[in-house]
Order: sequence, then C-alpha cells, then structure tokens
Amino acid sequence: MDEIFGIPTPLLFGQLLLGLINGAFYAMLSLGLAVIFGLLNIINFTHGAQFMMGAFVAWMLLNYLGIGYWWALILSPLLVGLTGVILERTMICQLYKMDHLYGMLLTFGLSLILEGVFRNQYGSSGMPYRIPPELSGAWDLGFMFMPVYRGWVVVFALFACITTWLVIEKTRLGAYLRAATENAPLVQAFGVNVPRMITLTYGAGVALAALAGVLAAPIYSVNPQMGTNLIIVVFAVVVIGGMGSILGSVLTGFGLGIVEGLTKVFYPEASATVIFIIMVIVLLARPAGLFGRA
Amino acid sequence: MTTTRRSVLGGAAACGAALGGLPWRSARAQAANTIRIGVLNDMSGPYRDISGPYGLECARQAVQEFGNRGFNVEMINADHQNRPDIGVNIARQWYDQGVDMVLDVPTSSVGLAVANIAREKNKAYVNTGSATSDLTGPACTPNTVHWMYDTYMLAKSTGGAMVRAGGDSWFFITADYAFGHALERDTANFVRNAGGRVMGQVRYPFPATTDFSSFLVQAQASRAKVIGMANAGADTINTVKQAAEFGITRRGVKLAALLMFLPDVHALGLQTAQGLILTESFYWDLNDRTRAISERLRPRLRDVRPNMASIANYSATLHYLKAIADMGVAASKVAGVDVINRMKALPCDDDAFGAGSIRPDGRKLCPSYLFEVKAPSESRGAYDYYKLLQTTPAEEAFRPMSEGNCPMIRA
Repeated sequence: MDEIFGIPTPLLFGQLLLGLINGAFYAMLSLGLAVIFGLLNIINFTHGAQFMMGAFVAWMLLNYLGIGYWWALILSPLLVGLTGVILERTMICQLYKMDHLYGMLLTFGLSLILEGVFRNQYGSSGMPYRIPPELSGAWDLGFMFMPVYRGWVVVFALFACITTWLVIEKTRLGAYLRAATENAPLVQAFGVNVPRMITLTYGAGVALAALAGVLAAPIYSVNPQMGTNLIIVVFAVVVIGGMGSILGSVLTGFGLGIVEGLTKVFYPEASATVIFIIMVIVLLARPAGLFGRA
Repeated sequence: MTTTRRSVLGGAAACGAALGGLPWRSARAQAANTIRIGVLNDMSGPYRDISGPYGLECARQAVQEFGNRGFNVEMINADHQNRPDIGVNIARQWYDQGVDMVLDVPTSSVGLAVANIAREKNKAYVNTGSATSDLTGPACTPNTVHWMYDTYMLAKSTGGAMVRAGGDSWFFITADYAFGHALERDTANFVRNAGGRVMGQVRYPFPATTDFSSFLVQAQASRAKVIGMANAGADTINTVKQAAEFGITRRGVKLAALLMFLPDVHALGLQTAQGLILTESFYWDLNDRTRAISERLRPRLRDVRPNMASIANYSATLHYLKAIADMGVAASKVAGVDVINRMKALPCDDDAFGAGSIRPDGRKLCPSYLFEVKAPSESRGAYDYYKLLQTTPAEEAFRPMSEGNCPMIRA
C-alpha cells in the first residue's frame, strides 16, 4: 500500500519519527516537572525558563570559555541545577505550607523575570549554536533523510528518562524519595534529612530541564522565549499523563509528540491545538490523567 | 486695618491664580505646541530585534536631527505583544489622549487593525513594521502611509529572482496569519505569472511553532525546487537552521527567505545562512549616506546595525516632522488626513533611503535590493553580511496602484 488516508506511506513514517523526536523533548521536560510536583507539590512554572537557561549556558560556555558541546552536556545541567538549589533554599522552601497557587505565582513570576533579563542582554532573535561535528551529517533511511543529531536526541533522552525512572523506582534513594512523598514527617523520624532531599530533588528536576535545553540548542534557535512555547505543551503533557506520575509523563510525552507530528501532516493549522483537545477529553474521561491515581 | 474672612479668601485666590495660573496656561500652550508620536511595536517577542527598542532609538535619532523648529516633539512607546486586541486598545487610548501619530506597528494583523482606529479617529498612522501589501490595497485608508517594504515588493524581488534562476516549482511554509497569507499569495502570483508551479503549502500556527522539520520533510516530498518561507523573525531562523540540519539545501533544493532582516542573519550565523537570497530596502553598507546614518546611530544602537524596519522609523519620523513644520502645528492637529496629504505632497529625502515619494494610496516608494548572504570567508566581521545582486528602481519595486484594489484610488 502506497498511501494511508491520502498521505504517501514514506512521508507518514517520516512524520512518525519526527514526532518521536519532538516527543523526546516533551518527555524530558515533563519528567522533571513530574518529579518536582511529586515530591515538592510545586507546579514549577520556571521550567521553561530553566530549559532556556540550559541552552544559553551551553552557548556561553562555548563563546566565553571555548568549552564545547560534550562538556556543556555535563556542566550546563550542573550549573543550572545549582541555581535551582539556590532558588529552592531561598524562596520556594517558604511556600510548602501554603496553597499551590503561591508556588505557581512565584515560579511564573520568576520565569518572566529570567526571560526578561536574558532578552535585555541577548535580544530575541537568538544565538547560533552549531551541531557538534561528531553528530553532524545524516542517514538516508530510504523513506526520509534523518539527521544524526536528531537520532542522538532520541537515544539520549530515552537514556535520561530510563535512568531517572530506575533511580526513583529501583534504588534506596528512590525509595526514600517515594516514602517522603507519602509521609515526610515519618521519613524524617527515621533519620532521613528530608529538607535536603527535597532541595536536591528540585535541583535534579531543574538539571533535567537544562539538559533538554543543551540538547535543543543546536536545532532550535537559542533565544529567551524558546521555553515559553514549549512549556505550555509540556504542562498539558503532565496533566494528560497524570500529575506526579513519572512513567506516565514519559510515555505521554513520546505519545503526544507522535500525535502532534501526525497532525502536522493532516491538518497543520491545528498542530498547536491538538494536544489541548486531547487534554480536555482526558480530563473529562479520567480526571486524574491517563496514568495517575485518583 | 481689619482683616475680614472675605479679604483673606480673596487674597488666597489671587495668589493661587498668580502662582498656579501662569504655568497652567503655559502648560496648555505647550501641549498645543507639542507633537506626540507613539511608537507601538514588539518589545518582547519574536520581532523585537527587528525593530523594538532599536526602532524606537532610530525614531528618537530623527527627532534629535530634526532639531527644534518652533515646536516640541514627545515620544512614547508601548509593546503590543503581537496581539491585535492589545495593539488596538493602546492605539485607541493613545489617540484619545492626544497622540498625533502612531508609528511602526509590526505584525500585519496588528498593523491592519490599528489602521482602522487611525481612520476612525482621523489621526495620522505611519506603518513601517507590517509587511502586508493590503495596507495599500483593499485595506488602504487616507490616514495611513506604509513605509519601506511590503509583501508584493519582497515577492517581486526575491520570488522573481528565484524563478529566473530556474526555481520554477515552489512549496510554501507559511505562518498562519495575515502576513504569512499575504506573502504566500503575492509570491505565488509571481511564480505562476512567470510560468512556475506551486506544488503545495503548509500553514503552521503562529507563534506557537518551534519545530519545522515536519514541514520541511513535507516540502521535500513534494519535489518542489524552491521552499518559500512565508514567515519572519525567529520562525525563519528556526526554519533555515533545521533545513540545514536535514540537508535540504545540499540536495539541490533552494530556500527562499521571503522576509529576512539583518538581525536574523546575525542570529543564524554566516555558516548556516550563507548563500541565502533575500530582499531589503536598506543595508548599512550600501553607500556613503547609509554608512553615515548608521555611524550616527551607533551610540544609540550600540553594537547593532540598523535594518530596513528599524531605520524606517528614522526616515518616517523625519518626513512626518517636515510635514508638520511645513503646515504648522495648529493646522496639523485638525485632522490626521491633512497631515498625511501633506506628507504625500512633499518629496522625501534622507540618508537612509535617499530621495523618494509617497503615492496617493499611501505607499512610500524606494528601491528594493536583492542580496546574497556572504560566506564566512568573505565577511570582514560582524554585520558585514550582504552582497548586492540586483537593484529594482523605486517605480518598479512596488505593486502598481491600478492593481492594488485600493478603494481610494478606484473612487
């Protein structure tokens, strides 16, 4: 069969693959959000700005210090994660006993400030960041031309997601984390330093966003609003997957990337809306999300 | 001497009148002798670097160079966030509060909406930022002047050159709003008239799209020789960047940047942007006059060089102020149409665009230049980016008035 719904099959396969690649970004970002929400009960609206900072730090490392992509992949998440730790210690920790709304206001305000600062300094059209030479070039898959770098993004994102999931579900540290999510005072009574664990979890969630930012730097324009466009979609992904569900957010991220990719072929005008339509349907049918527990 | 309550009150009133009355009267006289210009543009979104704070500074430079000719000039600025509702509200408020002219207004959907307000309030409106050729076509008004560029001129220059070079089949990647539609329509007309074919198009949601790979793959599957990017700013940057990543240009498909500005090329870097063909009506390194004005703007713009959209604010403000000086401030406050008519009657001349004129339909005429982006080895440094390929004279650069369907012209 050459065509499916009037679309040539090779083109459709290509779109599925591209959707999967975009889904990799959604998955990585929503994973960080889900981890933070699960433990801190904070809806981290700064996530988009932190994704943007990850890309910018990679650019700064290259342009000011001559440090290339591979080191940036390690250093940028560490540096941005550190700012997350400072943020949590100085501001977010004041809000745990208050309503969700305050956390949202604080993190949303912070993201506006961060974007404004970067825009003032670097403008809005963005900075060039080249694909590392080891990953440039492309494979001819027959049905499409696949850049090596995009393949790397999918593989690396999958690796990061699986690692995070394993740490949370299969290690002792992860067990503490999950226990603290259920009943923090009890875990603290057993001698675990819960506040420090919370701080480090926030830092790790932020580092994941920054890691996604570094991955995005060579393919998207590195500009201050690069996170804004993505973050709203990512929130929808988290809501559809089920707030706080790690596996749910990863699977939904990849899944919705594919749905969006297909929409871009059949009706591109709706490609920015389709995820929200799904969100509405899921919320009506399963208010806790696809993988959430009511 | 007895002091009555009445004399105290009377004295206080007299003092008050003496102290407060004079400045009050002079403040009113001053307001009547002040021209207020509102620069409305994108200060925080995807089009910020094209004009935004730089466009504002260029307009300020014009006020400074114009000097004091018996009236004051006041300039205010706001961010319309590329949203027609916000832009319309600000423009309405400004006009009601005594702003005489609204300037800039990029983003065609906002630019068209503000044109209606200017007409309704009978004020002056000089659009330098929007691209849609409808501003001097079906949506033309006696209160609008459209400066420096539009979709027809871009389509004719870039589209025409691409078709002549053998690019006779096209696929469009179009931003799904007024500007993208106008640019796609105008270019497609040129392609068809030159005997070319349009193989297809995708319209993507603006401004919520960052990944264009899906559209690029669709464009490639259509086997078109040219991919026309009917978008601007960060969207064009992302499209070009991703087209390079997918090896589209290496396979012989040409990219046509239907609207691209100097800051976009700067953001892409020459490595990625080299070889792109684009059209602007201004380049800082074009001749002695453009170099002179760019040099004068340097303290205001710091390291950034002006492009046709930002410097159009300089040119337009200068010409507007000349018209005001010519007709007198009091006469200019009566009706916006009178000011626009005076602007049309006076010849334009400035360092940015040289000599020119404004047509009855509101179109400012100037030559358009077809440029090719230099390779990194050809560039002498930052902002040395363009090679001039071809010049279209002012009379031929824009759509003839007879084809524009402007109601003012038919009547």
